[in-house]
Amino acid sequence: MVDRRSLLAAGLSLGFAPRIAFARAATDRRFVFILQRGAADGLGTVAPVGDPAFAGQRGALAEPFAGATKLDGMFALHPALGAIGDLYRAREALFVHAVASPYRERSHFDGQNALETGSAQPYAIKDGWMNRLLGLLPPDEARAIAVAATVPMALRGKVEVASYAPSALPDASDDLIARVTRLYEGDAQLHALWAQATATRMLTGDLAADQGRNAAATGELAAKLIAPDNGARIAMIETGGWDTHAGQVGRLAAQLKGLDAMTAALKAGLGPLWAQTLVIVATEFGRTVRVNGTGGTDHGTASVAMLMGGAVRGGRVVADWPGLADATLYEGRDLKATGDVNAVVAGALAQHYGLDPARALAALFPASRATRPTEGLLRA
Amino acid sequence: MAKQDIRIAWHRFGLGLRLNEAPPADARAWLERQITAYDPAPPPIAAAAKSPAIAAEIFALLEERQQARQEARLVGEARPMAANAIGPASRRHLTDAIGARGAAALSTDTPFAERLVHFWANHFAISADKQRMIALTGAFEFEAIRPHVMGRFADMVQAVERHPAMLIFLDQAQSVGPGSPAAQRAAANGRKRGLNENLAREIMELHTLGVRTGYSQGDVTELARALTGWTVGGLGQGRAGEPGRFLFARQVHEPGERRILGKPFAAGEEDQGAAMLDMLATHPATAKHIATKLARHFAGDAPPPVMVARLEAAFVRSGGDLPTVYRALIASPEVWVPQPLKFRSPWDWTIAVLRASGVREFPGPALSGLQQQLGQPVWKPDSPAGWDDTDATWAAPDALMRRVEAAQRLASRAQSATLDARLLARDQFPGSTSATAEAVARAESPPQALALLFASPDFMRR
Repeated sequence: MVDRRSLLAAGLSLGFAPRIAFARAATDRRFVFILQRGAADGLGTVAPVGDPAFAGQRGALAEPFAGATKLDGMFALHPALGAIGDLYRAREALFVHAVASPYRERSHFDGQNALETGSAQPYAIKDGWMNRLLGLLPPDEARAIAVAATVPMALRGKVEVASYAPSALPDASDDLIARVTRLYEGDAQLHALWAQATATRMLTGDLAADQGRNAAATGELAAKLIAPDNGARIAMIETGGWDTHAGQVGRLAAQLKGLDAMTAALKAGLGPLWAQTLVIVATEFGRTVRVNGTGGTDHGTASVAMLMGGAVRGGRVVADWPGLADATLYEGRDLKATGDVNAVVAGALAQHYGLDPARALAALFPASRATRPTEGLLRA
Repeated sequence: MAKQDIRIAWHRFGLGLRLNEAPPADARAWLERQITAYDPAPPPIAAAAKSPAIAAEIFALLEERQQARQEARLVGEARPMAANAIGPASRRHLTDAIGARGAAALSTDTPFAERLVHFWANHFAISADKQRMIALTGAFEFEAIRPHVMGRFADMVQAVERHPAMLIFLDQAQSVGPGSPAAQRAAANGRKRGLNENLAREIMELHTLGVRTGYSQGDVTELARALTGWTVGGLGQGRAGEPGRFLFARQVHEPGERRILGKPFAAGEEDQGAAMLDMLATHPATAKHIATKLARHFAGDAPPPVMVARLEAAFVRSGGDLPTVYRALIASPEVWVPQPLKFRSPWDWTIAVLRASGVREFPGPALSGLQQQLGQPVWKPDSPAGWDDTDATWAAPDALMRRVEAAQRLASRAQSATLDARLLARDQFPGSTSATAEAVARAESPPQALALLFASPDFMRR
């Protein structure tokens, strides 16, 4: 293994060493990406209650915020986000509002692909930005796991990643596993997948007993997978159910309650490691500003991203607020994107891992319109 | 070559060889024959519950629950003592239908046609994720997809977009034309009712034209306006119409002429939306979209463009006559290459394993649970786009471990005393040479030999 110490030990031979892509040695840092599939309503999560147009534009969707605790002069947090509100007050949660990826259409599937691959055009890039991030990290730190049976697009790519979700199937016998290992030896694809699967199986022990049915269990599971020294360091969790075309008030509250429980379980499970953890929550795009005909909202543009964890310089809402008045809306219907979610993610990760910010942005999000990633998101 | 072609017909086009099935004389002729031999309603499907009966049952349970709630309020209790029967009844309909789908696939003599049923059901995906239509998910496939698999694509589109399960799943049933009599009445009473563009968008993006093919937000909204009034009998105020059947509700329809993709559509109530669907279903972008997805399903994640163009031309030439497209598919040399082109989905894998074991029926709840564990719960994809039909969706570490676990369980359930895995390996994969036969021959027991066969690379791919 090549780390800085062995390079130093090699003395002056640095000039002849193979090109080292890593800026530094491995650390104890953890990173969790929570993807909200289905276009989460940022305005219904971190609401701009101080915007003069807010109540008029949102109608019934403004109701949950009556009496909600304000975050600052402009924004209030949805009351279902109790634990996340506590993090905000402890300066461990930061919300970045009116952000979107460079993708400007309204297809979930294209939007998610663009967000996960780090492209403006869906399907233009074949690997995911999280996988490319692994390529920038020292091998010890470049271990990622999808908390799912299969690997989502953001994690797909050159670097092998693991995947795990609890199963109610009886474990295969050790003898069968050994024989399958031999059977797959000559098959490059199955061999690689199988090696990952058997390694993860050793790590999880009795996790299969807990069904991972609810959000809290998923958060707890993710913590178990990334907390041990020999576990993964980076995890991705996918959440669904954000596509609130109808009956949004009740559905979004239930969704946010789940996200809140997942975050709390993740923090509890990580224990002292929380201090070195960065959690990013993001969605493919936002939803319409006005309520539609069925008490919901349709596909929109900008939304909110959340950064949480001990590493975050929190207690702030960062936004170049575009306003909610009719004339300021994107295409007359959506919250305008004044920030690039890619720049936020790249900026946070560059600081988290001590990477050169411009290089991180170029590697992770080649399509970003930002010239510089957002800086100062984490504690120095 | 002949042996190899039979293996390809069985596995790449079909659902795997059924135990003791005799090989056909000619692989291509065997596939073509299935186009006419296909039965839209074989016994397990014919016996399944129909939408009107399911809806009537669920609506009756809803009324009962409302009554029980009122009675509970009268005696001062927060909620009725009796358990809510709607959830269990819905889930029973779902697992019954999953059992019927499985039985049809396990017993069929036209496995290529059944594969196409599964393909189209995924193309027009609905999801039992939505509580309100769980009970109707199976009926959707049996009533809207199956009758049209060997017909015109446009007819399938018309049936799909009118089916109660789709109308509920994509929120169409509640969409109200802002200028309709119902919306104006509501406005007079201080209530706002309006459009929901969910179904209209997915029709263009997923069902017909395909994403980024030049339609605009304006086109989506116009289609949404034209489709107002397309709803389900028995829903809504007054419970108009017959429960569980398509209903055109005139009072919520947005009146007036509409225009999509630059084409005008005269005011015409239900016919206006239907005319738009016909136009979309036969549009050149739709031909390309369908050709690409079909080619990807059979010829691998990146199908050769020349093959896509061939299927597209067949679609355009025939006005979307699906058998014409299937014949072009069968005639495509790109699908007849010996190396595997696709990683099997959990459903395909399970059906192939069970057919190989001679199983003709599998209990619905068990099949449902197994697919959940393998990562592909039946009729429950995460989104209206359906399951992503690429290798990377299914070839993942934990998913592979689960398949091996399931292989062990299915092998232990199989009649391993009478099933010789060595013979199965030989019969299933004529013309193939792989390490599987040796691993199977060296197994410590008959069930383990079967488990290794089911877990083998030959079984994982097609």
